[in-house]
Amino acid sequence: MALLEIKNLSVDFRNGQQITHAVKGVSLEIEKGEILAVVGESGSGKSVTALSVLQLLPYPIAVHPSGSIKFRGEELVGAPDVTLRGIRGNKVAMIFQEPMTSLNPLHTIEKQIAEVLFIHKRMAPAAARTRVIELLNLVGLEKLTQRLNAYPHELSGGQRQRVMIAMALANEPDLLIADEPTTAVDVTVQAQLLKLLKDLQKKTGMAVMLITHDLSIVRKMADRVAVMYQGELVEYEKTEKLFTTPAHAYTQMLLAAQPSGTPQPFDKKLPAIFHAEQLKVHFPIKAGIFHRTVDYVKAVDGIDIDIRPGQTVGVVGESGSGKTTLGLALLRLIQSQGVIRFDGKPLDTMAANDIRPFRKDMQIVFQDPYGSLSPRLSVVQIIEEGLLVHYTGLSAAEREKMVIDVMKEVGLDPATRNRYPHEFSGGQRQRIAIARAMVLNPKFVILDEPTSALDMSVQAQIIDLLRNLQQKHNLAYMFISHDLRVIRAISHQVIVMKNGKVVESGDAKQIFDNPREAYTKTLIAAALNIEVAGNGNNHAA
Amino acid sequence: MTIKLSPIAERRILQFKRNRRGYWSMWIFVGLFLFSLFAEMIANDKPIVVQYQGSFYFPIVQSYPETAFGGEFETQADYRDPVVKKLIEDKGWMLWPPVHYSYQTINYNLDVPAPAPPSSENLLGTDDQGRDVLARLIYGFRISILFGLTLTVLGSIGGVAVGAAGGYFGGMVDLLSQRFIEIWSGMPVFFLLIIMSSVITPGFFTLLLLMLLFSWMHLVDVVRAEFLKARNLDYIRAAKALGVSTPVIMFKHALPNAMVATLSMMPFVLTGSITTLTGLDFLGFGLPPGSPSLGELLSQGKNNLQAPWLGIAAFLSLAVMLSLLTFIGEAVRDAFDPRKIFKG
Repeated sequence: MALLEIKNLSVDFRNGQQITHAVKGVSLEIEKGEILAVVGESGSGKSVTALSVLQLLPYPIAVHPSGSIKFRGEELVGAPDVTLRGIRGNKVAMIFQEPMTSLNPLHTIEKQIAEVLFIHKRMAPAAARTRVIELLNLVGLEKLTQRLNAYPHELSGGQRQRVMIAMALANEPDLLIADEPTTAVDVTVQAQLLKLLKDLQKKTGMAVMLITHDLSIVRKMADRVAVMYQGELVEYEKTEKLFTTPAHAYTQMLLAAQPSGTPQPFDKKLPAIFHAEQLKVHFPIKAGIFHRTVDYVKAVDGIDIDIRPGQTVGVVGESGSGKTTLGLALLRLIQSQGVIRFDGKPLDTMAANDIRPFRKDMQIVFQDPYGSLSPRLSVVQIIEEGLLVHYTGLSAAEREKMVIDVMKEVGLDPATRNRYPHEFSGGQRQRIAIARAMVLNPKFVILDEPTSALDMSVQAQIIDLLRNLQQKHNLAYMFISHDLRVIRAISHQVIVMKNGKVVESGDAKQIFDNPREAYTKTLIAAALNIEVAGNGNNHAA
Repeated sequence: MTIKLSPIAERRILQFKRNRRGYWSMWIFVGLFLFSLFAEMIANDKPIVVQYQGSFYFPIVQSYPETAFGGEFETQADYRDPVVKKLIEDKGWMLWPPVHYSYQTINYNLDVPAPAPPSSENLLGTDDQGRDVLARLIYGFRISILFGLTLTVLGSIGGVAVGAAGGYFGGMVDLLSQRFIEIWSGMPVFFLLIIMSSVITPGFFTLLLLMLLFSWMHLVDVVRAEFLKARNLDYIRAAKALGVSTPVIMFKHALPNAMVATLSMMPFVLTGSITTLTGLDFLGFGLPPGSPSLGELLSQGKNNLQAPWLGIAAFLSLAVMLSLLTFIGEAVRDAFDPRKIFKG
């Protein structure tokens, strides 16, 4: 008998008259000591499936029209609260995606880890403390054993996620459900956390249900893979078999969807359209009653950049490295020091009103397609906003025609132009954001993580679109990303940033093939070697 | 003609309708308010139409001397005077409003000393000067609502403007406006109003102006918070990168966010304004003597405990009005709450 048996599970969400079928007849099994990866894009029902194991869905609204979930033969669907409480955090533990919000900011880490021990094991405080220290050692937080009264905000993202893992392991669960455990952390931390999870799984012999959208993680970690698409289980197979001979069309598409291709060649003789020298952005730290400036946060500290028409400069760095700030500073959206020249004109000395005419030539596309479009404007209103500012002579019909043309160019159906952003998928929204920038016919575009919030298959499409647009209009791009695979597919030149400074910069090929600095090496190893390690020699099997 | 509503607005209207109590409260309130706007046609000491010797007269809109109806005095006709009544009815007819009293009409024909208990003539009795309580309630309701609405709308415009500027520009503008509000809100408003009303004669508009000096602060905080948040949203940044001018960004992109908070607080600000006016009237520092007001009726009720109809009438009308507004406010707040989930 399998440890966990999910049979024909369905989940519906009822919102008024509207019924959403989130999960449709999914059957899964997890054996003891096995790692099962549940893969799918956002909205595929993978998290809902995981949450229904512990019956943690918002129940009057969520309903199970069919199905059973048996843990060690005990039915969990519709089980009384007492039974469920005995299982949650005890036999089956869960870790969540966002370590920022899944720890209580008002409690010390000792209190949070010990809580599960008090509840399920009724441990004495002294015994609990010993166990907490043991757990912290187990998850590689030896440093924290001296600081048990630390609060979550004093820890880094990776440390918080380790605390979450320690909490989950406190009662030696038989099954650990990890819902995108590494999505919110940097690549180097991700590699460490995955290694930790794998080691712990070996050491304790627990089963792990790993939910993720990232196939490279799956390949390295899982024994078996369940691929979900629109609430249905489309493929359920041993990892090796799935990666070598994917049966379902969707799986094949998913596997082929890695950002690929190489940047198009450009004319190296053209003068740089965008030039910045010794660019600095320092945020003052103020203290005391008179708010004297005592120190500065050096978000960007002396960056030089040169971008030619048709060229893409990739800016890589982990969160907090100042890459987004750099982008905003280049467009003069925040205060900075240093020379910024656009097309030979010094932007850094101009007043805000004098820069306005140049704004049509330099545009930006943001990371989050959900946040960068005003929810109260229709698509046509969003796209034509820049036209209203910069091409005041146009009639309404001419503007509409330009909007329709640009929508076609970015691959959107112009018939949908009167809809509102929320009616579009993430990838379509990002296309709208790109259309908003492209309608002005810019010469230089900053792309601030334009693919990070998107599903893998959509990422590849957006990269292709951006590359085509670049070639067609001879655009200069600055491509900001933490994802080295994406950077490799589009950049001619790469700048690696850390703590506001340039660690290494140069030709993209040379940096990827032959990095000089140690930091660049770890970054590349963490990001790209996950898939290399999985190739051929699958440790998980 | 149909106005195309955004799906968000549609959802909000649906959500508002789902709150049955608030939805019905709104209709009752709108009904009562419209009804009271035509107070002159409902409670008046002048007939609506007079037909006299074949020609029509409209005493409500125009004043006619008694001589026009064959009387003796050149002053305005007193249509309640039995002599005038007889003169007109001999040669024509009069159409009276349902209540034959205006808010300041004194009933001199009381059988008992004022305040007189409810009777068929004065449905809710009279106050201690012999004026009809029902007529005063209708007019008092209207003046309360109009005062409250004007104060709320004007105050909200001021508050939104200050909050928007502070939140969006931040820095010195924000610092100065916040410190000013802290000092200004520390003023004892009620006492200040009392002192002011002994210096200048309070009227509808002077009182409005005085209270406006303080009531604009209600919404500053929420609007400021919304603009502070909006300043760093990606779509505001995108608009800046497009070169959209600051006023347009504030109006088109940031203000709609703040309007959610503003609209859901407005009914409660309205309730507060009405209560303050009633309180001032109760103490005798409000609207000038003789004006119909719920506060003044309350204070009469307190002074004439032997005439409970005064207090009860004032209490009930205030309670109904404020409850309706609060119910509407709750429904509006729910409608704008994105986390509210339909129970179905």
